[in-house]
Amino acid sequence: MSAKFTENDEWITVDGEIGTVGVTSYAQDQLGDIVYVELPTVGKTYKAGDEIGVVESVKAAAEIFAPADGEVTEINAALEDKPGVINSDPAGDGWIYKIKLSNGPQVDGLMDDAAYKAFRPDA
Amino acid sequence: MNGSQFSHQGLQFEESLLFELDRPDSCGVDFDGHADLGLAEDSLGNLYRRAPIALPGLSEPEVVRHYTRLSQKNYSIDSGLYPLGSCTMKHNPRLNEKLARLEGLGDLHPLQPVATVQGVLALYDDIGRWLQEICGMPAVALSPAAGAHGELCGMMCIRAAIDEKEGEDSSRRRVLVPESAHGTNPSTATICGFTVDPIPADAGGRIDMMAFKDKLGDGSDVAGIMITNPNTCGLFETDIAKIAELIHASGGYVYCDGANLNAIMGRVRPGDLGIDCMHINLHKTFSTPHGGGGPGAGPVVLSAALAPYAPLPWVVKTGDDKFDLIEHEPGGPAKPFGRLKGFHGQTGMFIRALAYMMSHGRDGLRQASGDAVLNANYVLAKLKDVMSPAFPEYCKHEALFDDSFLAGTGVSTMDFAKAMIDEGFHPMTVYFPLVVHGAMLIEPTETESKFALDEFIGAMRVLVERARTGPAEKFHQAPRLAPRRRIDETEAARNLRLRWLPEEPTRDAAD
Amino acid sequence: MRYLPLTDGERMSMLADIGAAGIDDLFEDVPVAARFDGRFELTDHMGEMAVTEAFQGFAERNLSPARAPCFLGAGAYRHHVPASVDHLIQRGEFMTAYTPYQPEISQGTLQTLYEFQTQVALLTGMDVANASMYDGATACAEAVLMARRVTKRSGAILSGNLHPHYRDVALTTCRHLATVFDRADPAIPGPEAADNELADLAARIDDQTACVVVQNPDIFGRIRDLTDLAAACHASGALLVAVVTEVISLGALVSPGEMGADIVVAEGQSLGNGLSFGGPYLGLLATRSRFIRQMPGRLCGESHDVDGRRSYTLTLSAREQHIRREKATSNICTNSGLTALAFSIHLALLGEKGLRELALINHHRALTLAAKLDEIPGVEILTERYFNEFTVRLSQSAETVVDRLAENNILAGVPMSRLFPGNNDVEDLVLIAVTETVSERDIDRLATALGAQK
Repeated sequence: MSAKFTENDEWITVDGEIGTVGVTSYAQDQLGDIVYVELPTVGKTYKAGDEIGVVESVKAAAEIFAPADGEVTEINAALEDKPGVINSDPAGDGWIYKIKLSNGPQVDGLMDDAAYKAFRPDA
Repeated sequence: MNGSQFSHQGLQFEESLLFELDRPDSCGVDFDGHADLGLAEDSLGNLYRRAPIALPGLSEPEVVRHYTRLSQKNYSIDSGLYPLGSCTMKHNPRLNEKLARLEGLGDLHPLQPVATVQGVLALYDDIGRWLQEICGMPAVALSPAAGAHGELCGMMCIRAAIDEKEGEDSSRRRVLVPESAHGTNPSTATICGFTVDPIPADAGGRIDMMAFKDKLGDGSDVAGIMITNPNTCGLFETDIAKIAELIHASGGYVYCDGANLNAIMGRVRPGDLGIDCMHINLHKTFSTPHGGGGPGAGPVVLSAALAPYAPLPWVVKTGDDKFDLIEHEPGGPAKPFGRLKGFHGQTGMFIRALAYMMSHGRDGLRQASGDAVLNANYVLAKLKDVMSPAFPEYCKHEALFDDSFLAGTGVSTMDFAKAMIDEGFHPMTVYFPLVVHGAMLIEPTETESKFALDEFIGAMRVLVERARTGPAEKFHQAPRLAPRRRIDETEAARNLRLRWLPEEPTRDAAD
Repeated sequence: MRYLPLTDGERMSMLADIGAAGIDDLFEDVPVAARFDGRFELTDHMGEMAVTEAFQGFAERNLSPARAPCFLGAGAYRHHVPASVDHLIQRGEFMTAYTPYQPEISQGTLQTLYEFQTQVALLTGMDVANASMYDGATACAEAVLMARRVTKRSGAILSGNLHPHYRDVALTTCRHLATVFDRADPAIPGPEAADNELADLAARIDDQTACVVVQNPDIFGRIRDLTDLAAACHASGALLVAVVTEVISLGALVSPGEMGADIVVAEGQSLGNGLSFGGPYLGLLATRSRFIRQMPGRLCGESHDVDGRRSYTLTLSAREQHIRREKATSNICTNSGLTALAFSIHLALLGEKGLRELALINHHRALTLAAKLDEIPGVEILTERYFNEFTVRLSQSAETVVDRLAENNILAGVPMSRLFPGNNDVEDLVLIAVTETVSERDIDRLATALGAQK
């Protein structure tokens, strides 16, 4: 399934009831060299819009928010030692966490690829 | 041994860390008297520190050389102009230093009996009187240790006043903060339990009155506004009195960030503008040293409405030239919100600031703010044809440019700032305030001579010309002549090394 | 005016370049109603000699500890500061430099901060330290907030034997941040009083406790082993915050880190800095590596420049207010650069050998004075184990005695009623500190004077 996007520059792909979330290439480019990722806690439940973590670069910090209600099932622990992966491969190895979606695979209020490109014409 | 393969170049010394200069038996201090180790082991028992601390040993000559060499790697106001905006890097008079070290002032213990410290209490009273007079306000809280600490003091006073209101009024939590505000403002408001509601600037760089009125609404949930005047765009907030009137009418209070008092000292009294509290950075306006990052001092002047909430402690005059120190809740009308720091205040900074104020006198202070504004406008006038001023009018203490003059050159604001280092200048403030694209903010202060300003202006014009003609590559490589070239901040943050550690034998060697 | 370089002629020529008729024109955006054209009720400018005379006038009305035996402590201590310290911190390159945001031209300040952080970590027995804070009391308040961030809990237990200023600053700073304080009463030491204070604190810990804050040596001068309290904290997922108000004690005592503390805060004034009637001082804050991200304040880290040379730079600034604004870990914008430098230089001069010797001399002199006082009828030493400061019970109001001795040019100590007002149990207690600046003769003078009190 192809990725959907939030206005906060996160992407999400959904496989069954599990969503995988990361930040977009545009976001990592705006932040610059990522130096630290504050990851969510596995097993914790979040509501859509809850602050779930923080991505920090040398000169900026961006909160990441839960795109939908759900329980975090997995985090990308590799980012703890190599946060730069978000810069080099934001849509792949730079994924941040997986969330079990409480309300099924349909997530509201997201943009598809075309809509996101229109939303971020500079990207 | 200096921790790297690089060595001295001319008078530019590579200096090792103290820990790499260690010779365990060396010591830079001799003692009169001796210590009995056996006695201590007996009296301290299991609490005696037996394990090595691992502090390095050096003799006095080595220590003096170490720090002298390190000092030579710093830019400083003594060596050159510091065009940093909103930082007011002015000359630090040495008379202030001498007076702060006088016997009977610099060596007083804060808990001496009050009868033995009447002179320093008189000094507290005096600096308080100067600050109140200059600001046109009836009270002052001296204890805050720095500007941000003063902000906390002011906002805590507002919170205390709000908490004392009746019914719904006591739950006012919204604080209006202009987008151009310094980052400490929203951070301070949050610590006081307030929520921050940003107000945009208008096209002219000042608070957008329409947006302000809109955000204020009926003001029933508004605790107050945090306003910087002159603001961080270097402009006087023309509508400030009107803003204060509207805030007061709705039951809120006006906090002013006094970081830029240097522009208006002796010409505008904040009290006349309806301000309820304002912190004063003694290390900006009143010449106490920045010291490579503190210590500062941030006294807060207060309106009659907020004066009762001032934090402990304070000095009162009890008779003809007799003073007392109020360290605990005295009862009566005073309702202090608490205590912000140990003991009484940054006394050493009060001495320096008062010495500066007395040296200048009321006449000199007014001339100082006039010269500060004159110098900033001179820089603006001499650079406006080649750089791009953010606003067309006269500025106050600082001149603000955007980066449109660099458009198409491949040179960024940061590149331009770093290139200034090779010309012998500290960079100006860049990318702040956030409301201007690629901002460059220049505050020369009144203690720069015309000669120094002309030299600075000349260097800037050369850089602009160089940016236009290219190649941009030269800018990307700057600085080339500084003690260090661009430093990898990403490495510093990703691979955190915040202290020296002895080198461990490598695995290979161990195997 | 000696601080203003512009001459009238230059002002005129600059105004001409600007296109303004006078300086007042540059203030045209200030509404007329807002302008102040009056004269302040203040003096006109003065030369150096007149200003100096005025300040000598202030100084003469104080009793300088240089002219009187001084036994005052309670969080501020009179130590000898080597002459080279004050000389070096007054080098203009240190004193008149800005915050080192431009690392290429601030390596001097940055390297000294890196060395300072290392020294503080070594002294406290912790992994890392920040680049300093305003003072010990504010550092203590920041430690409480930091413990809340680490544990995501809201409770803070404050020992009753914590310096009352530190207690009050913590209560004030945290008052709007939903912190639930549990404050113990002061536990006055004494030969008959069993020392249950630490066990009492441990018993107060519950699953909402973020931290226990305990001072060592405590406000009565007593030194304790914090190991069991640390274990009790850790068993419940809480942190132990250890407060040190006399940093010289770390030259003689087991470090808080060795005893299991998670955050150590201290007042650093004793090294390198004069008493200066309470400020500017410097706060120290050190902790374990795993809590670095939750630390408040500036940090200096090691890196390299593009030529591969070892370099230093401020780091982890994304936690700070200028980036995080309302989400910052603290609103603090500065550190105490110059007082931290004085601390660091003094400690560099002392080194391992010097600090240990200095600490032992302090301790030794305190033992000597205590032995003398113990012989005086009506004077009772309450603190059993101490470093350089102990509590004494007199047979009358301590404040009265201290004031009377001050009239005879002896600064005898801090009456505990000044720190614990309204507490009848401390009326006749005085806290006495002894440092290397106190001579044998000073000790004799105090003993004689106290012996003569009726």
